[in-house]
Amino acid sequence: DDKLLTEPLSHPDFFSVKELFTLKDLFDARVHLGHKKGCRHRFMEPYIFGCRLDQDIIDLDQTMQHLQLALNFTAHVAYRGGIILFVTRRRQFCHLVESTARACGEYAHTRYWQGGLLTNARIQFGPGVRLPDLLVFLSTLNNVFEPHVAIRDAAKMNIPTVGVVDTNCNPCLITYPVPGNDDSPAAVELYCKLFRMTIIRAKDKRRQSEAIEELR
Amino acid sequence: TLRLICTTTPVQRKNVGASGPEKYTEAFIKKQIEEFNLGKRHLANMMGEDPETFTQEDIDRAIAYLFPSGLFDKQARPVMKHPTEIFPEQRKIQWGEDGRPFNFLFYTGKQSYYSLMHETYEKLLSVQKHQDQLIAQDLPLQKEKRNLAGSRWLTKIELEEMLLEKVSDDDYSRFIKLLQKLVALPCADIEENYIQKFSKEVPVQLQKVVIEPLQHDERGVAFSTGEGKRKTARATAVVYDNGTGKITVNGVDILHYFPVLQDREQLLFPFQFLGRIGKHDMVCTVSGGGRSAQAGAIRLASAKALRSFVTEKEVEFMRQAGLLTVDPRVKERKKPGQEGPRRKFTWKKR
Repeated sequence: DDKLLTEPLSHPDFFSVKELFTLKDLFDARVHLGHKKGCRHRFMEPYIFGCRLDQDIIDLDQTMQHLQLALNFTAHVAYRGGIILFVTRRRQFCHLVESTARACGEYAHTRYWQGGLLTNARIQFGPGVRLPDLLVFLSTLNNVFEPHVAIRDAAKMNIPTVGVVDTNCNPCLITYPVPGNDDSPAAVELYCKLFRMTIIRAKDKRRQSEAIEELR
Repeated sequence: TLRLICTTTPVQRKNVGASGPEKYTEAFIKKQIEEFNLGKRHLANMMGEDPETFTQEDIDRAIAYLFPSGLFDKQARPVMKHPTEIFPEQRKIQWGEDGRPFNFLFYTGKQSYYSLMHETYEKLLSVQKHQDQLIAQDLPLQKEKRNLAGSRWLTKIELEEMLLEKVSDDDYSRFIKLLQKLVALPCADIEENYIQKFSKEVPVQLQKVVIEPLQHDERGVAFSTGEGKRKTARATAVVYDNGTGKITVNGVDILHYFPVLQDREQLLFPFQFLGRIGKHDMVCTVSGGGRSAQAGAIRLASAKALRSFVTEKEVEFMRQAGLLTVDPRVKERKKPGQEGPRRKFTWKKR
């Protein structure tokens, strides 16, 4: 059992996450498009490649690295049987994200976030709840263009976060930020596809390793 | 000799905070069901009947016989029913042994409501896709309209019972709007089964008032009777056809019985409304009430009698004019601490 858990940690890319996407895929899905110069957040300046006709362009090389790290981390969490919670507050993509979560066998929350969900979970759900082990944000802002409450709550409860940060978002409290577009349907569909493939791959690998261990 | 006195100290319950309604475990409910079945057999033996064929109605009768109660509230009387009817249905623990919840929307808080919304939205999307396919093939879209008059949506309480969790007013209205949007699409017939889970039949409300047919007396003249009341006055009227417009009350002509013009106008109003002033004769009897009340009672009685002489459209006109409705106004009672029904005692400053 210990061997099952320590073996993936020795490889840098145990789940071969780099094969899932290329720079061209990101470009075709319009991930590099940001908001206008006036909406730019100060802490996103390192991730921005440049500005054309007032619209910010995100640096796709940095996005590639961050996305690989994020997908690798989610794969490891899924391999160890962790609970992954997809969070977004965009009404257009709420149905898509919920179906992705259902397809992976993980959980989603695309509705109004009640104040004490993570911090007051014992009382809201019951005495023996298990909190999510990873929070994946497809959009870090809520409907009023403010940072989502779940980022702060996850930081309080020591839960790691993976988030797609756009040029008007604050990447501070997110453990694995992924600078990219969160508004276009093509980009969000690409992210959903990538997350779904990584999680399914990680779970399959876990089942295979367990089967091999049992055979011995 | 020493006598051993055993005393048990009562267990002190420390101040435990409110933990919500009691949660019944599955083992507890199972035990209750076993006890109920045992008790049913004992009861059957007591009543001298066969334990195998002892139905719920027999149980109710036996309990009413053995524990007679004079309490007015039926729900306060002793009851012996199956535990599933007594203990309300509750949600069991939502997660498995490894801690992972069963429903994929568990972390939202309102899992059943949101999963219902998700499902309904999925049906909406599938209907739209089907519509697009039909348009692409240039086929006509079905336009059979659902009969909305005979059905209503589930109420908030019924939805709460279905989902086993609290639903707020906003959530309920959103759900109903989504359902209405789904029903409004032309190809919604595909999801008819799904929609029927949330709609209920409404039984026919209006009691059809039966209009009695005309009767004929010995001379062959058609007549009909009607009854009316107003305040404490009760009246019966018999309206004859082929008449001269003569009206008799309690054997006396109306000029003598009702000296005041206002009362006679009230009597003539139904005939004036239908334009049949000189065509009918009327004989009425009236008792109780005062002058004005008796006039109103006879007016109602004559209007009811005239329904048989007249077409359905004119009956509807009469109903809308207020000739056929019973006037509900009665004398209001005097209250203690006041001089009359509304008048208070004179307020004196000192």
